[in-house]
Amino acid sequence: MHRRDPFTLALLIAPAAVVFGAFFLLPLAELFVIGGSGPQGWAAYASVVTNPRHLQSLVSTVTLSAGVTAATLAISTVSGLFLVRNRFPGRALLLAMLTFPLAFPGVVVGFMVIMLAGRQGLIGEATHALTGGRVVFAYSMAGLFLGYIYFSIPRVILTVMAAAEKLDPQLEEAARSLGARPWQVVAHVVLPALKPAFLSAGAICFATAMGAFGTAFTLATRINVLPMVIYTEFTLQANIAMAAALSFVLGLVTWAALALARSFAGSTVAAAG
Amino acid sequence: MRRYGPAFWAQLSFTLLVCALLVVPVVLSMAAGLTVNYFVGIRSGLTLRWVAEVWALYADTIRLSLGIAVACLACTLVLGVPAAYVLARAKGPVARAIEELLVMPVAVPGLATALALIVTYGGAGDFRRSWLFILVGHVLFTLPFMVRAVLAVMTSIDLKTLEEGAASLGASFVQRFFQVVVPNCASGILAGSLMVFTLSVGEFNLTWLLHTPLTKTLPVGLADSYASMRIEIGSAYTLVFFLMIIPSLILLQLLGRRGRR
Repeated sequence: MHRRDPFTLALLIAPAAVVFGAFFLLPLAELFVIGGSGPQGWAAYASVVTNPRHLQSLVSTVTLSAGVTAATLAISTVSGLFLVRNRFPGRALLLAMLTFPLAFPGVVVGFMVIMLAGRQGLIGEATHALTGGRVVFAYSMAGLFLGYIYFSIPRVILTVMAAAEKLDPQLEEAARSLGARPWQVVAHVVLPALKPAFLSAGAICFATAMGAFGTAFTLATRINVLPMVIYTEFTLQANIAMAAALSFVLGLVTWAALALARSFAGSTVAAAG
Repeated sequence: MRRYGPAFWAQLSFTLLVCALLVVPVVLSMAAGLTVNYFVGIRSGLTLRWVAEVWALYADTIRLSLGIAVACLACTLVLGVPAAYVLARAKGPVARAIEELLVMPVAVPGLATALALIVTYGGAGDFRRSWLFILVGHVLFTLPFMVRAVLAVMTSIDLKTLEEGAASLGASFVQRFFQVVVPNCASGILAGSLMVFTLSVGEFNLTWLLHTPLTKTLPVGLADSYASMRIEIGSAYTLVFFLMIIPSLILLQLLGRRGRR
């Protein structure tokens, strides 16, 4: 095309590149250096596995995030496939309700969990009326689990539905005509075809749950997840080097999870358009 | 119409249950914000008293959040639309690497980004204390959403042919960009803008570390009210927040539905 094109293109992306470099890449590099400048030196980076308290919070964060990812994928697949395959009155409204909390911030999601499972929450009132006891689990790992599922369902369901709409119905038709039962069609045709969507949606779900802070902050500062540990190191202990090292490691984990899923799902996703 | 089998009803019940999980707490919190005494229940009567108290306590956080969201939108438009155009036009590993880098602030937790900004620019007193410090965080976090929304539309239309047509008629680059490229990407720009606005109004992970006592945004105020105020005030405040983001969420859904057709 035009000879001056590369120059124009470089000029157009320059503002974004400058802002991004000055306020993201440079600070991340600084964060990395600061992380190694504490009393422990570069060993701070290993502390997430050498310090028992940090290791424990890493393990519980990863377990929580993996559990949330599995549960959200299962829920979203059942409901997403149902909505893709059936047309009935009220379907659009159901879909709107399922995707509505898409942009809720973590603090608000935390408050929603309190509304459901908090001291004055719906579940507590219901169990109080039924049994006399009061079930309250908002301010614990279980509350966080519920909150992260709440937060993740809209995102995951949209990805699963978008992939399911692109499936070729002839494949299922063929499987059925060969005598496959409905569950066999789902297990051997539909679910394998949705694998790229599961990988990318699951990775986003996992990374978000690993790094989320607002929900845990609203529910209880005592919940032992990595973002809360980082926050405590930074504010209460004023241990900036440790907070920097831990948050750098956390960022690396979430970014790697996403990059890995993209490289697995990448070719298929790109082919799907 | 065909008859629905038991599998249909089972799946419908499950989906309704999931809907209830998402919607019931929203309705409860809205009701709580308008109830005289939530502990007694709705029979204690309805009132706007809590909303008025929220306004008295937190009006400045609402104003600041709106201001930051609008400024953030302006920044992401100016930075993001040209960047998306470059990424749509340029092929090759460098463009892909830039794209990968640009979406990093979504992958990296807000806590880490905020800490990085603080350790780097925390010493610049005036900047650290001003709302611009929060704006920087919001722009970093929302820019990928603008770039991706615009890029998605740009790659789906035949940008090259459109531009070549305009160029053959003697249109300069600036004319082509504003009169051909931008109008053809209007739906992507609109979707990106709504997303950026909504995310900026609700951003907490970064903002909690970046804010100062004089630069509290709405979500910072929300966290504060959940921790220290009675549940009716927290609910009324949440109600105000919902009223601010629901219009753009509805528009986003309408846009998405039109796009799927």
